[in-house]
Amino acid sequence: MLNASLKQLAHQLAARKISSIELTEIFLERIKTLNKDLNAFITVNEEMSLDQARAADKMISSGQVQPLTGIPVAQKDIFCAKGWLTTCGSKMLSNFVSPYDATIIERFNQAGAVIIGKTNMDEFAMGSSNETSYYGPVKNPWDISAVPGGSSGGSACAVAARMAPAATATDTGGSIRQPAALCGISGIKPTYGLVSRYGMIAFASSLDQAGPMAKSAEDLALLMNVMAGFDARDSTSMQRQTEDYSRDLEKPLDRLRIGLPKEYFAKGMNHDVASAVEAAIAEYRKLGATIVEVSLPNTKLSIPVYYVLAPAEASSNLSRFDGVRYGYRAPQYSDLEDMYKKTRAQGFGAEVKRRILIGTYVLSHGYYDAYYLQAQKLRRLIANDFTEAFKQCDVIMGPTTPAVAFDFGEKSDDPIQMYLSDIYTSATNLAGLPGMSIPVGFGDKNRPVGLHIVGNYFREAQMLNIAHQYQQVTDWHLRAPERLPVA
Amino acid sequence: MTLSLDDVKRVASLARIEISEDEAQQMLTQLSGIFSLIEQMQAVDTSGIEPMSHAQDMMQRLREDVVTESDQHLLFQSVAPQVEAGLYLVPKVIE
Repeated sequence: MLNASLKQLAHQLAARKISSIELTEIFLERIKTLNKDLNAFITVNEEMSLDQARAADKMISSGQVQPLTGIPVAQKDIFCAKGWLTTCGSKMLSNFVSPYDATIIERFNQAGAVIIGKTNMDEFAMGSSNETSYYGPVKNPWDISAVPGGSSGGSACAVAARMAPAATATDTGGSIRQPAALCGISGIKPTYGLVSRYGMIAFASSLDQAGPMAKSAEDLALLMNVMAGFDARDSTSMQRQTEDYSRDLEKPLDRLRIGLPKEYFAKGMNHDVASAVEAAIAEYRKLGATIVEVSLPNTKLSIPVYYVLAPAEASSNLSRFDGVRYGYRAPQYSDLEDMYKKTRAQGFGAEVKRRILIGTYVLSHGYYDAYYLQAQKLRRLIANDFTEAFKQCDVIMGPTTPAVAFDFGEKSDDPIQMYLSDIYTSATNLAGLPGMSIPVGFGDKNRPVGLHIVGNYFREAQMLNIAHQYQQVTDWHLRAPERLPVA
Repeated sequence: MTLSLDDVKRVASLARIEISEDEAQQMLTQLSGIFSLIEQMQAVDTSGIEPMSHAQDMMQRLREDVVTESDQHLLFQSVAPQVEAGLYLVPKVIE
């Protein structure tokens, strides 16, 4: 059961070989065994999970079955879920039991899925290693001395360690794809606007996008069918026709043109990552794809641009945490301003403060044009690069990260080194394009390597097809960490 | 551009985050490093480029001016640090 695909689980449930209660108990037991070491979950609430499982069993016995009915899904702790502690990895929300459901949660609930727990994450999704979580870092299940990536490290770890069949995540600069790569699983960040942001705690609103994590592309397609869709409560939600993201999975790839950006392969990529990625490209050639060289000349600017725009938006979004309406309030203060200052000084961790200060600075009087406006202009150039590249190819491929998972502490004192681990991913957020990562092998110290697939706007079904076809001829996505045997 | 300790303190105050002398000093070192990375942006000539404020070019949707939400203030205030008679309590601001 722990290794089963979502489709297999659905068949088992439909055939009454197992009940949702039993399935939920299996995963709760797995979490109980492993979470002490891996710290993938901030909150587990057996009673609430089993209540949902019971309701799912009723749905199944009355014939109201949807593809995910009765299946446990781990929810990133950035999504407000009614009655669940929702911390966003921060002390600021350490007492916040959400009074309402995010749209994503609502959609999973309506699909009859079971919330198996709330997953650990970098504080307010700001980090690439999970070391900024107030609740302690998540460990990489392949090697507990390595980081799982971030910010959705808990979700990635939960799927990789088979503590959940699937999970939700969010991606502002790489927070789905980077931890998926580092933990050896599959994850997709959809086109901006495809998945509702309502009830998803905001970091940088013009970049934030939710998406699923799972073992395979086939599973991701089923999850996308639940997650994507218009939501009137999100002002940037796209009004589009409903899609079946599984529809193209079986299409052959013989007419596929894969673009390889020469800048990605020039320098900066470690040798072990390069050889795994090249082997994957070779596999795609065998599947009939044509390889073309493309150019993304402004990619190198994506990190500086990202570190102006994301903190600027964050400094505005996080101003809501003031100790008045919800969350943490400092125990002692002299007046209102002192209350704000002490609440925010005590409630936010170091990385969040750094980014709020960067954002406040770049938006402050006299600096706006030099930083914020200039970054917005460069954002246009970065997006234009992709538009040009997509004239010559259907998808762009490269490494998800320059190196395999690093050790704890290796980059935590050096914010810039940490930021550079998102060098290949953040440009797609700036452009608003969909991106995904799938496992394509192992590098140094036997740590997983991810292949980054960037598609054109709204081409998720095609990207899932491309990933699925690779997963039909390889088995990297079926590997689980051997140190955590699945009974 | 060089950032000063006073800049850090001023920005922290604008952001309503209390910061100690030690923290400000440490923050100065880190922010200076990050800004030297950000400075790479200045090398590019962007005259004539339209700023891109959002991932999608879309118009803000408008909706009918009708009530769509019910009053749930009791539920929403149940998670507030201090509430009295339906009001959020803060330290006195007007003498």
